[in-house]
Amino acid sequence: MNEPMNETLLRVKNLSVSFPSPKGEVTAVKNVSLAMGKEKIGIVGESGSGKSVTGRAILRLLPSYARIEADQIVYQGHDLQRCSEKEMRRIRGMGISMVMQDPKYSLNPVRTVGKQISEAYTIHHQVSKDEAKVQTLKMLEAVRIRNPEQVYRLYPHEVSGGMGQRIMIAMMLIPDPGLLIADEPTSALDVTVQLQVLAILDDLVSERGMGLIFISHDLELVSSFCDRIIIMYGGRIMEIIEAAKLQNSRHPYTRGLLNCLPKIDGDRTQLPVLERDDAWLGDDNHNLTG
Amino acid sequence: MLKVDNLNVVFGHGADKNHAVKEVSFLVNRGESFGLVGESGSGKSTVLNCISGLLSNWYGSIEVDGAPLSHKRPISFYHKVQMVFQDPYGSLHPRHTIDATLKEPIAIHKLGDANQRVERVLSEVGLGPQFRFRYPHQLSGGQRQRVAVARALILEPEIVLLDEPTSALDVSIQAEVLNLLQEIRRERSLTYVLVSHDLAVVSHMCDTISVMNQGETVEIINREQLQTGELKESYTRQLLVASRGYDRQAIDQFQDF
Repeated sequence: MNEPMNETLLRVKNLSVSFPSPKGEVTAVKNVSLAMGKEKIGIVGESGSGKSVTGRAILRLLPSYARIEADQIVYQGHDLQRCSEKEMRRIRGMGISMVMQDPKYSLNPVRTVGKQISEAYTIHHQVSKDEAKVQTLKMLEAVRIRNPEQVYRLYPHEVSGGMGQRIMIAMMLIPDPGLLIADEPTSALDVTVQLQVLAILDDLVSERGMGLIFISHDLELVSSFCDRIIIMYGGRIMEIIEAAKLQNSRHPYTRGLLNCLPKIDGDRTQLPVLERDDAWLGDDNHNLTG
Repeated sequence: MLKVDNLNVVFGHGADKNHAVKEVSFLVNRGESFGLVGESGSGKSTVLNCISGLLSNWYGSIEVDGAPLSHKRPISFYHKVQMVFQDPYGSLHPRHTIDATLKEPIAIHKLGDANQRVERVLSEVGLGPQFRFRYPHQLSGGQRQRVAVARALILEPEIVLLDEPTSALDVSIQAEVLNLLQEIRRERSLTYVLVSHDLAVVSHMCDTISVMNQGETVEIINREQLQTGELKESYTRQLLVASRGYDRQAIDQFQDF
């Protein structure tokens, strides 16, 4: 396992998550270990690879029937497995916060976006309503919303997808977390808007000295955006690789993912099809694949 | 083969009026693969829906094989032109078996030999006979999209309209479906009109590409222009830069179009 350069923010050791099902236990994540500092780390995998479940397991956001086992999940000295619900509520938001994929489903449709963002602030900071509003407007400006006063009063259905996602980012960053988990934060957006939102995220993460876990299915995007990449398949980590060295990866799954993408400069021959190998999954094969 | 001339679509009235497609024209030769690329709201899918007959509030002209199309299409039109939709989870009837889904067009067009046709088309799209009596929920996303392709092919059309056929699929499955579509086009010398937001997919599949933005055609280019970057319009150039991944400096230069 690669060690991060600077001090460790989050350390996860042998995380496994399984869900009971009528056909027996389904292992969604198996023996995942990672350690990260103030860096941008990408988790890439296809659907069902366990990348989102990993993110949610760290924040204990999985349903109660999920079985989570780990030797260690430590965030800045806090053992997240032993924290009480009350302590977890403090860590969620101010310690680690999470941006979800689709603003349409993640924002409360019957409250204005301004109220929702300032709530995220007042829960973690004891301030007056006016001060919370000032902070909210500042945050909206930081995510490059040009008319924050006006947007403050809007309901989620009145904003576009790109603006909705910037509002989500504002809400997640306003408590000033040390680590942000972004689960496919831009997958529902057009390419140019996607990059603009990522640029905002990138700038804020480096200004505030935060760590970022960026969960995505888009290997090319992650390799150009993150410092290190964790590649997952079938709930297991296939490899952890420096983003700059991705093109030299030797792992057959990573190679397969890279090769099967159509390319603008490519010739038009058949795209190589990914051959899956059960050996990648280790000994026990009763897990989620595909 | 297919000629679209000054196509316009207007949705809504008065203050809610939305001119979704403005004066769009293009020509697709027989056996050619034509791409329509653009961001959401650019009108690319609306153009496809007009050609396929799903929308009737258009004006302008659409010709197939030299014959102009009216808003109401004869049944023979659907024999010639078929469509594959984006979402294989939404486009197959959940309570019909694959067999029933594939036999419906045969019955409508009174083609006969239903069983042989279903068997043949399933093997052509790479699904074994074991899939024939399953329901869509028993198939993976990639397998469902193969069924959607089979449903379009079973009538032996000449033009296939593809609306984001792989955007709901994982990249490894996307590669399989794109290969399948290429193979079928070669074997049956089909004409494709492919709509996608992904420049790489369009460049892989198409010879000629129309770039659309906010209902208008920005420019019509060929695939070599995408590779060399010799593009007239700055919108297309920006789209090309964006599709090459994250580049912090380049993003600051982005404009709104």
